[in-house]
Amino acid sequence: MSVAEQSIAGAEARGHGFLASSVGRKIVMAASGIVLFGFVTVHMIGNTQAYMGAKSLNAYAEFLHGMLHGGGIWIFRAVLLTATGLHVWSATTLTLDNLAARPVGYRAQQSVASTWASRTMRWSGVILAVFIVFHLLHLTTGQLHPAFKAPQGHEYFAYDNFVSGFKVPAVAAFYIVAQLCLGLHMWHGVWSFTQTLGLSHPRYEGLRRNFATGLTLLVVGVNISYPVAVITGFIH
Amino acid sequence: MSKHLNLTLHVWRQKNTSCDGKFVEYPAENVSPDMSFLEMLDVVNEGLIRKGEDPITFDHDCREGICGTCSMVINGRPHGPKERTTTCQLHMRSFQDGESITLEPWRAEAFPVLRDLMVDRTAFDRIIAAGGFISVPTGSPQDANALPIPKENAELAMDAAACIGCGACVAACPNASAMLFVSAKINHLGQLPQGQPERYSRVRDMIAQMDAEEFGTCTNHGECEIACPKGIKMENIARMNRDFLKASLTYRPAVVGGGAG
Amino acid sequence: MELKSQIPDGPIEKKWDKHKFDLKLVNPANKRKYKVIVVGSGLAGGAAAASLAELGYEVECYCYQDSPRRAHSIAAQGGINGAKNYHGDGDSVRRLFYDTVKGGDFRAREANVHRLAEVSNNIIDQCVGQGVPFAREYGGLLDNRSFGGAQVSRTFYARGQTGQQLLLGAYQALERQIGLGAVKMFSRHEMLEVIVVDGVAKGIVTRNMVTGKIESHVADAVCLATGGYGNVFYLSTNAKGCNGTAIWRAYKKGAAFANPCFTQIHPTCIPVTGDHQSKLTLMSESLRNDGRIWVPKRKEDCGKPASQIPEDDRDYYLERKYPSFGNLAPRDISSRAAKQACDEGRGIGATGRGVYLDFDDSIKRLGQPKIEERYGNLFEMYERITDENPYKTPMRIYPASHYTMGGLWVDYNLQSTIPGLFVLGEANFSDHGANRLGASALMQGLADGYFVIPYTIGGYLAGIKPGSRIKVDDPAVKATEQTVSDQISRLFAIKGKQTPDHFHRELGKVMWEYSGMGRNEAGLKKALELIPQIREEFWNNLCIPGTGEEVNQSLEMAGRVADFLELGELLCLDALNRRESCGAHFREEWQTGEGEAMRDDESFCHVAAWEYKGEGSAPVRHTEQLAFESLHLATRNYK
Repeated sequence: MSVAEQSIAGAEARGHGFLASSVGRKIVMAASGIVLFGFVTVHMIGNTQAYMGAKSLNAYAEFLHGMLHGGGIWIFRAVLLTATGLHVWSATTLTLDNLAARPVGYRAQQSVASTWASRTMRWSGVILAVFIVFHLLHLTTGQLHPAFKAPQGHEYFAYDNFVSGFKVPAVAAFYIVAQLCLGLHMWHGVWSFTQTLGLSHPRYEGLRRNFATGLTLLVVGVNISYPVAVITGFIH
Repeated sequence: MSKHLNLTLHVWRQKNTSCDGKFVEYPAENVSPDMSFLEMLDVVNEGLIRKGEDPITFDHDCREGICGTCSMVINGRPHGPKERTTTCQLHMRSFQDGESITLEPWRAEAFPVLRDLMVDRTAFDRIIAAGGFISVPTGSPQDANALPIPKENAELAMDAAACIGCGACVAACPNASAMLFVSAKINHLGQLPQGQPERYSRVRDMIAQMDAEEFGTCTNHGECEIACPKGIKMENIARMNRDFLKASLTYRPAVVGGGAG
Repeated sequence: MELKSQIPDGPIEKKWDKHKFDLKLVNPANKRKYKVIVVGSGLAGGAAAASLAELGYEVECYCYQDSPRRAHSIAAQGGINGAKNYHGDGDSVRRLFYDTVKGGDFRAREANVHRLAEVSNNIIDQCVGQGVPFAREYGGLLDNRSFGGAQVSRTFYARGQTGQQLLLGAYQALERQIGLGAVKMFSRHEMLEVIVVDGVAKGIVTRNMVTGKIESHVADAVCLATGGYGNVFYLSTNAKGCNGTAIWRAYKKGAAFANPCFTQIHPTCIPVTGDHQSKLTLMSESLRNDGRIWVPKRKEDCGKPASQIPEDDRDYYLERKYPSFGNLAPRDISSRAAKQACDEGRGIGATGRGVYLDFDDSIKRLGQPKIEERYGNLFEMYERITDENPYKTPMRIYPASHYTMGGLWVDYNLQSTIPGLFVLGEANFSDHGANRLGASALMQGLADGYFVIPYTIGGYLAGIKPGSRIKVDDPAVKATEQTVSDQISRLFAIKGKQTPDHFHRELGKVMWEYSGMGRNEAGLKKALELIPQIREEFWNNLCIPGTGEEVNQSLEMAGRVADFLELGELLCLDALNRRESCGAHFREEWQTGEGEAMRDDESFCHVAAWEYKGEGSAPVRHTEQLAFESLHLATRNYK
């Protein structure tokens, strides 16, 4: 086929929006990813108060709900929901594009540079999406938590729900699996967003990798410690 | 002289773009370890021709690793197992006696198979045509030494310009993305003062064309970098993304202005 | 046939300027009414197609590769000459002119060479403007190196990939015009015939290499930039696909073929390893700047590893024979000296056809990092191919067919003897005489494409009525198309037993043996007997599987080999008739007592241009006398 037979779309496509472009959507994914990673990090730090006892954790819950006369948490939720929506949308459309870009696969494909984490992003992402729904229904709204104690006025039972929730071994196991997925997703994702946003320079290459690894180990390690602590009776 | 090899090839055979293809097994016997991979295929093909069978079609030309024509996935790796090596520069001493070798074409929607291991890579040309150049009509530039260019920039530009456009990056990428190819050209020209006037329109135009050709997108696996026979770095992709972000944030539609006449 | 060189009068420094002024111009509004076909997309073709489109002509460009970026210009490693004199070491346009004429052993046209030297500076400017990342010094200015046969540093380079970078510059300029719709690009199209109507070139016939369709394309002028015919030797540094078909078909349509015997052998290639060898890889000549060439003094030492041969037992034969140029002696001299050493039984390596290129001294003097910086990629390539580490053991090298100075005869306007058919770059014969200097091929290709043809083609087109182009369904066009289809049918009809490559190899052996580095009357006569035999067998025992209506690489190769089998014969005939030694053409009967080439300026200070007289008839040798008005005919002396 000669080049002559096909047109150059560049000039017309130039007017297309940022969001129509593959790189534009990747930047959306990276930016929303930063918000979400930021959230899980803060979430992890906040929850360390479980180790300080019921009073501390419940007070923290009360504080979150009381911010800006109760508006703060909704602002948070709106931001998170938007970020999640954008993240899922960009991931879905890009994944569909990627699948279409190679309709016939290789018989003998060898992976050399890619990691298990990078290759399983779409699956770890899907598991995380399921987990988030479960997590909200479990510890936020309580529909999936038989022993759930709803807040009464300004009194929150975050600690009780936390302990009673993780006492169910299947639930604890699912949380742990989800956290491992989060680990894989973060480890590739944190490094990946620096790449997508153009924050790459050979001088900081090691730093980027170590930052991704460190942050992932910290978040996942602490998060996994919660169900483990409950199951082993360290937190009770 | 080392021992000759006997190999079994599993080769993708496909008569043309619209036909279905399948793997066919061929023996490659008495192969000298000093042969290049393509010379091994030449010998197999001459045997096929003498039997009146269709030889295996594969793209090749310079056979010294610079034209970027040769293209085949050898045992699941574009250009075979040796890093920074094109298929034509891969020698049979990299294989073991008795080995089975699977040969497949570059697989991508944007690279339709023309025959057997030969694919159509004109998508790359169209991406360059969309903006991979500096607009400098013949005879117009100033003296070559009028603009000093820091050696570091010249070297970085050369690193990126070393791309041979073979398409191994696309073939290796799990998403069949062309980002490494596109970013190499954008960074080659973007490193140089001569490339600055069109720097931001270039990145938009080339990426738009890349998308129009239905390449996949980068998910930062890094397979392209390892497969690249010229060692083009993924850092180029990051730099391209940065330029694209800046170009998108500051884009204004082309101003159509008439001359005063 | 009359060979009118159209050299403008006046002093040599003013000829080109004067000529540019004298050439008729095409009205800017009329330019788009003229269509120009450019065949080939290398430095000459790519540059010409882009530049002509920029001027406003309608351009179609054809190449057999899958992309114009892959033309074999891409493989040139060393560099490109430019008379910039940035280093103040005594270079000038006149010196580049002088070096080129002298390097070509006074068998090139003075006026053409001077023009080449003049525009060499514009080329460097153009390429830098396009973003070619030439090597630079720390101050940001362009770096130069000296290159085979030159005593000044005038070679600009981009690592060991200068050809690639210059080609990408031209390719990008071409793609820009394609994107703008000014050039229609036809990749994977092989030109198989020139359409000549009433003695004037009107278009070409091509085969679409994907669908097999035979198509005619008409135009107001045709430019051939299809490279050289070095693959007539089978093993050469050319790409596998490089072929002489376009120029050969043009020759058979009436374009004179000039100096076919001027073929250059490159001294520094990786030696052959066996029968399977499909091509030879060149190691840039720039290596000779820091490498020392030697063979053992005694035959008995040839089997020993290089490290076990003491300094005193080594013969640094180039340094010994040519003290002032040493390892940088011109290509033909270095090649013949290597052959001589091997003929004496002092060759090294498994086949005994090789000499050492040793970097030990340079590594000791400059340190390995410096050598790595200069030649890293070449060393890597060498190791990949041979499995030997050249930092530790010396490289083994041997000469191989590399470049063809001969080609279609063109006048000062680059027009062949067929009006409307222009020939650019390596495909023409014009600038290098009997031998080409290193780093001059890139210069000539780009000079023709960027800075000569855009002017001279205007002079031709201005004489044609706009819009008077022949129609593609004209009976004359259809008749030419039919001859191409017939030739393909003939090839399929043979139904023999042997592969196209088999015949190519057979031809190559004969060419290399009798018409390679050294030639003599008996050998050439022998070749002229053998080649028709191979051709005969080709037309009786060739096998091409498949059909013409699909991708068929055997068919492509068979067509090219068929033409080489004729071209090789003309090459030998020309070599036989040139009874002198000059440049790369070395007739053993004409050498000094010391084995140096002996020119015969009395009888052979001319271009030999061959006219085709039909199948079965002997071609006719015409001559264009070369006048040296600006330079004195002198014997080359590199001692």
